[in-house]
Amino acid sequence: MAGKYRKVAYYPGCALEGTGHAYNRSTKAVGKALGLDLVELKNWNCCGAMEVKNVDPKLQTYLSARNLGIAEDMGFDTVMAPCNGCYHNLKKAEYDLSHDAASRDVVDRLSQKAGHKTYEAGQVSTIHALDWIKESVGEEGLKKRVKNSLKGLKIANYYGCMYTRPRHIFPEKDQGPGSESTAKPHFMDDLLAAAGAECVEYPLKTACCGGAHTLSDSDTSTKLVLNLLTTAEACGADVIATECPTCHTGLEMHQARAEKVFGRPTKVKILYFTQLLGMALGLSARKVGVQENLSDARDLLRARGLG
Amino acid sequence: MPIHEKSLIRPENLLTHDNLTLDGVDVSGHWSTFIKSRAVTDYNEALQEEIAALPGGEYVHRCWQCGSCTNSCTVNAINPEFNPRYWIYLIRMGLEEELLRDKDIIWQCVSCNKCTYACPRDVNPEGVMKATSHWLELKGHTPPSPSTKFDDIFSEQVFATGKIEESRVMRQFFARTGQPLLQDWLVGLVRGLIFRLPVTFLVRLGLAGLFRPRTRGWRRAEAAIAEYVSERKAADRRALGLDGQGAE
Repeated sequence: MAGKYRKVAYYPGCALEGTGHAYNRSTKAVGKALGLDLVELKNWNCCGAMEVKNVDPKLQTYLSARNLGIAEDMGFDTVMAPCNGCYHNLKKAEYDLSHDAASRDVVDRLSQKAGHKTYEAGQVSTIHALDWIKESVGEEGLKKRVKNSLKGLKIANYYGCMYTRPRHIFPEKDQGPGSESTAKPHFMDDLLAAAGAECVEYPLKTACCGGAHTLSDSDTSTKLVLNLLTTAEACGADVIATECPTCHTGLEMHQARAEKVFGRPTKVKILYFTQLLGMALGLSARKVGVQENLSDARDLLRARGLG
Repeated sequence: MPIHEKSLIRPENLLTHDNLTLDGVDVSGHWSTFIKSRAVTDYNEALQEEIAALPGGEYVHRCWQCGSCTNSCTVNAINPEFNPRYWIYLIRMGLEEELLRDKDIIWQCVSCNKCTYACPRDVNPEGVMKATSHWLELKGHTPPSPSTKFDDIFSEQVFATGKIEESRVMRQFFARTGQPLLQDWLVGLVRGLIFRLPVTFLVRLGLAGLFRPRTRGWRRAEAAIAEYVSERKAADRRALGLDGQGAE
């Protein structure tokens, strides 16, 4: 599988320019260290996240179709989105455009009025940062490049909701050996294990962090996050590895809130998988933005000889 | 007569007789609890159609009540009253009064899509939860939920500029819901971070807050979206037999 995706279009999305800046930074740094080319989409727009679909789902389809159209115009057949929300919405748009005539009509109408070409399904495929590294470099390629093994670091890999659900928008998943599983995803486990980490068996890898209601229903989110954190600790994890800025920030914020409001402190640290991979590839903790995380993992990383 | 299981076992529908003999058998006391018989006459026969007319509710008619949605539900695990299967049943049967008993928690669906993943009939229960929350708000049964307020603030910003600046969304949300911006737990978190970050990074963050990030040449898209949104709102209100003017 390795060898694909040497050069892809890059859609960072709004969160990676704000709270998820460390994810943006570490993704780019890992790409550079692995010799992979990322070309950012020109003048992209927000994908609509979890919110626009609640105003009208077809508006979300339009927002994502515009971004896919930009990738096509730039001559790319693949766009990589590290954010689960962006990744999910681009996938959903692709699915709706190829299965639902009403969505096509709305996207066509809005595109014409906005003054750009209507994106048609099938031109650009969307991949996640996990697919990108797994299928360009792969575990074997990664092992050869590891300078600073994550040996001894126990990691719970947390994938969240939008990477695997609903499954019908991910036709390439659940296709047997080598493909990603929607019930028990493993691409992040595979990559971090290749970097030397010990991935613990974590039953909540696709459980929900309540990200949609982080602010509007904080108590529910805090309960859900606390469950994720305490379970990771019970599984023996030092670190929860994330691959979504909304989950990541939600875990960090509600870890603090659980301690302050519920009086339930937890010790497990939260890091983007790209930060962990970057450090394994010999980059410094600063280079992959560890200081930008709310959950301060610097002491743990220093103790393990990382960063 | 449908089996109306849940309401039958509510305290107000239970009867216990201190002294009762039936066919010579003494059935006095709480060991022999009776359930009041009742006839349901207040069906809203349009309920299923109304929910199906709102985005997300289109496939509610497919449900065959297997319960996979509730069984997989994230929110049900922390609040057993949150029961998508039961609400879909009520919608399909037109039992509006029963549905209204739970009107204040339906919006709490976290959109994790575990139900959509598990559903063998492609009902899209997550969409039904959203459609039902909107139905409750449009009909005036509930005020706009915190989640709806958040969706609106977020979407207005995307529609206006093509992009999101998170701190602005957060500030506006706290302002519109009447909460103080300086929540204790948030202050401690941000303070810890500020001491760790280089000054240049903080300046960059501050600038993003002042000069809103926007997609260039977005004005025509903004106008097209605004027109579409007002059409959709009017259509939703018409479908629910409201004035059709899209008042908001």
